[in-house]
Amino acid sequence: MALVQQSSPHAHRARPTSRVMLWVIIAAVPGLLAQTVFFGWGNLINVVWCIALALATEAAILKWRSKPIGFFLKDNTAAVTGLLLGLSLPQFAPWWVSAVAVFSAIVVAKQLYGGLGSNPFNPAMVGYALVLISFPLAMTTNWAAPAGLWQDAPGFGETLSAIASGQQTAVDGWTMATPLDEYKHKVDSHTAAEITVHPTFGSFVARGWEWVNAAFLAGGLVLLALRIISWHIPVGFLGGLVAMSLLFGTNADQYAPLSLHLLAGGTMLGAFFIATDPVSAATSHQGKLIYAVGIGVLVYLIRSWGNYPDAVAFSVLLMNFAVPFIDYYTPPRTYGHHKARRGLPTRKQG
Amino acid sequence: MTQLWNFGGGVHPPENKRQSNSRPIRAAGLPPELILPLQQHIGEPARCIVEPGQKVLKGDVIAQVGNGMGVPVHAPTSGRIERISLEHVPHPSGMSDTCVVLIPDGEERWGELVPHPEYRKLERDQVLALIRQAGIVGLGGAGFPTNIKLRPSVDRKVDTLILNGAECEPYITADDMTMREKADQVMTGLRIMAWLLRPERVVIGIEENKPEAIAAMRQAAEGSKTEIAIIPAKYPSGGEKQLIQILTGQEVPSGGIPADIGVMCQNIGTAVAVADAILQGKPLISRVITATGEALAEPGNFEVLIGTPASHLLACAGVDKQRLSRLVLGGPMMGYTLPSPGIPLIKTSNCVIAASASELPTPAPEQPCIRCGHCAEACPMELLPQQLFWHAKATEFEKAEHLNLFDCIECGACSYVCPSSIPLVQYYRFAKGEIRLQRAEQQKSDRARVRFEARQQRLDREQQEKDQRRKDRALAAVEAQEQKTADARTMVQNGTVADERAGKSALVEQALARKKAKAAAASAERAEPSTQSSEEAPLEALASTHAERIPAAEPVPSIEELEQQLSQAQAKLEKMQSMLEDARSGKAPNVDKLERAVDKNIERVRRAQRAIDDAQTTPQQA
Repeated sequence: MALVQQSSPHAHRARPTSRVMLWVIIAAVPGLLAQTVFFGWGNLINVVWCIALALATEAAILKWRSKPIGFFLKDNTAAVTGLLLGLSLPQFAPWWVSAVAVFSAIVVAKQLYGGLGSNPFNPAMVGYALVLISFPLAMTTNWAAPAGLWQDAPGFGETLSAIASGQQTAVDGWTMATPLDEYKHKVDSHTAAEITVHPTFGSFVARGWEWVNAAFLAGGLVLLALRIISWHIPVGFLGGLVAMSLLFGTNADQYAPLSLHLLAGGTMLGAFFIATDPVSAATSHQGKLIYAVGIGVLVYLIRSWGNYPDAVAFSVLLMNFAVPFIDYYTPPRTYGHHKARRGLPTRKQG
Repeated sequence: MTQLWNFGGGVHPPENKRQSNSRPIRAAGLPPELILPLQQHIGEPARCIVEPGQKVLKGDVIAQVGNGMGVPVHAPTSGRIERISLEHVPHPSGMSDTCVVLIPDGEERWGELVPHPEYRKLERDQVLALIRQAGIVGLGGAGFPTNIKLRPSVDRKVDTLILNGAECEPYITADDMTMREKADQVMTGLRIMAWLLRPERVVIGIEENKPEAIAAMRQAAEGSKTEIAIIPAKYPSGGEKQLIQILTGQEVPSGGIPADIGVMCQNIGTAVAVADAILQGKPLISRVITATGEALAEPGNFEVLIGTPASHLLACAGVDKQRLSRLVLGGPMMGYTLPSPGIPLIKTSNCVIAASASELPTPAPEQPCIRCGHCAEACPMELLPQQLFWHAKATEFEKAEHLNLFDCIECGACSYVCPSSIPLVQYYRFAKGEIRLQRAEQQKSDRARVRFEARQQRLDREQQEKDQRRKDRALAAVEAQEQKTADARTMVQNGTVADERAGKSALVEQALARKKAKAAAASAERAEPSTQSSEEAPLEALASTHAERIPAAEPVPSIEELEQQLSQAQAKLEKMQSMLEDARSGKAPNVDKLERAVDKNIERVRRAQRAIDDAQTTPQQA
């Protein structure tokens, strides 16, 4: 038998990308469970639908690009994109809204840029932002009311048929404005006490949402413990958000309180699962911090003064734009060097 | 307790050291033949001084070096020189190099050995010469001549001497076993080095996973000032730069050497070799090598003669050829695969891994980089491996260099953790190789340019000198002619010339000569790069010759001559006018010049016409 000829190193740690992505999926399960408990079957149906669609779309385009289908599908990255969309979309979003989101995420944001590793933007957030702008009605009126506030709670079959029917808006009694939306639209004319009597806020911060966010936080901590993600992005994201809230929004009669920023909307999902997408994030530790603080600050800016009640998708995409620039100016100081070499290489003469 | 610092990054691969450190060091014995490469060190290769058929004794020098960097090669045992030939040598490229092949006679007869137990009475340079003559190089892997390393330049005083017993790479236990079994020799070698360098601090760094070696070294170092530092097990703590950071908190400047910050690292095996060379007079003819891996029945450490083929060592350790899938020289992180087991083990070989297919499986196919950053967390040099990979793959070498590609020590930590199983180190080697090639080519073309420019200057200078000479000659000719004309005039005036026709012809000749001189001067001017362009010059020359002719002939106007001149001038004028037409229709840049030349010629024709009229109206003198 001929001896194997290989370049060093000969030893490898056995933790392939597919397993890293599998861990991301597993870590999102508590959040998905919390969503299902507090907001019904909508998210679960969306997740399954989006993952199936993502895998099918990825397979089709890989075939079209003459790439090995099994090899790339097995890396689980398309599944993660589908999962993130399923977790983020409104519970009663009609099937075709999800389909447009998944299609633009996989085809436009990922494969047209060259596939895994070559996409400058977070694919799931490209899909989300696209449908949010294109179908504002379907994307704002289909948020499920938290459990306990439903009049005539829809079962699995009813939820499925609501999604599958393709109606722009679901049954009125099943849906309710999100806490962030409610606060944003009333804060100009009401005091904090007047706003929070709305049942969507519940007795603590934001009924249901607080538990969903807590569950995503728990899953995120698992990813941190497994060293699948580093602390820089979640800490930077939440730090930026907290700092902005403390700087500008301490008066709850004028701005949404910090507790609502942290525990409502897509904050924890964004901080631990979305902004941490390594492909479209900054590279070095310092770069990751700047990138993530930027997202946190933008989330606050858009939520407080922009037109949208939540802003994770837009903030992530905006900071994705800044990544190449951040990368050039935040390399670490290499061993044996006095300081880091920032910027672009200066061209030598001649 | 020695103060320790941490270095960034690092990984914890499975150690796999138990397999080989549970047996004492065994002797590998005499192989059927020894293959001794002439270059086992950094520097110039040694020159073979034996001939095929020659008998040598154990320890005899078989290849010597001149004054350059390098060390001699010795016969590891007594025997006969079989041949001097190109053989495969241990090198990542699998290349062949000149080797002396020795057939042992089995007698193991030593040549004369000169021990120096009282080395402290010698000059330091004498001890360094003994180390050089014993063929000692750094046994850690690089093979830098030890005598040169032990003599740093005067501005680099070594304050801290570090003996590197970290042995962080998995599988390898050669230094571990050497420290356990030869602790006193290690200490002796270290003392000799310390005597040569006179450092303020001597420290032996050993990873915490070698308790037996730590105990042995502690005992051997008892009563001396030598520190034994127990460092945390983390790959690559035994990398020179990392060990220095762990033990001193200082960083070796990029592109520099440890001596720049007053530190020197030496290898355990090197210390033993130095002790043997000075105290016993024995040259470096054997070393401890780890033979390990799942394809071996009895893995362990062996005292191996330099030049022993790897196959002999594997046989000693009970190799199962059916299970052998990969043969690695060195450790699993930085070692390279051997193409065949017949390759000799040399001074810098520390470990042979005979791995089974399940032990070191072929890595999964490369997937796209997802920039997860695990490599950056593992990198002990705090580089950005994912960015280096990106730029290396895109052949953006400038950017890769800007991100300190050349600080990469190729430890393999990044590839080890890569979830996409990208052979990152391979990409860096490629990029480094390409950049070196580019630099070499740049240097070559720079040199060629300098040579070309020098040649061009020389040619220009020669041309100028030539032109100058031509001009001088032309001027001299003009002067000579003027002199001649003046002479002729005086002669005519003095009436020395009887025949007037002779005088006339003298004047005509004179005019012709002037014309020639002018033409010569004009052509000389034409050759001057700074004067008029070549297409204008002939016109000027043309015009000037005719301008000269008429006044020259004036003193003796004969009607025939004048008519001839007139017709010539008319012909020229016609020619010029047609040239002018051409130039105008072609919008040539010399239209102005031509116009002026034509005007001159018209004037000239008119003058010639007038002269003829005058000549016809006034009676001729002649």
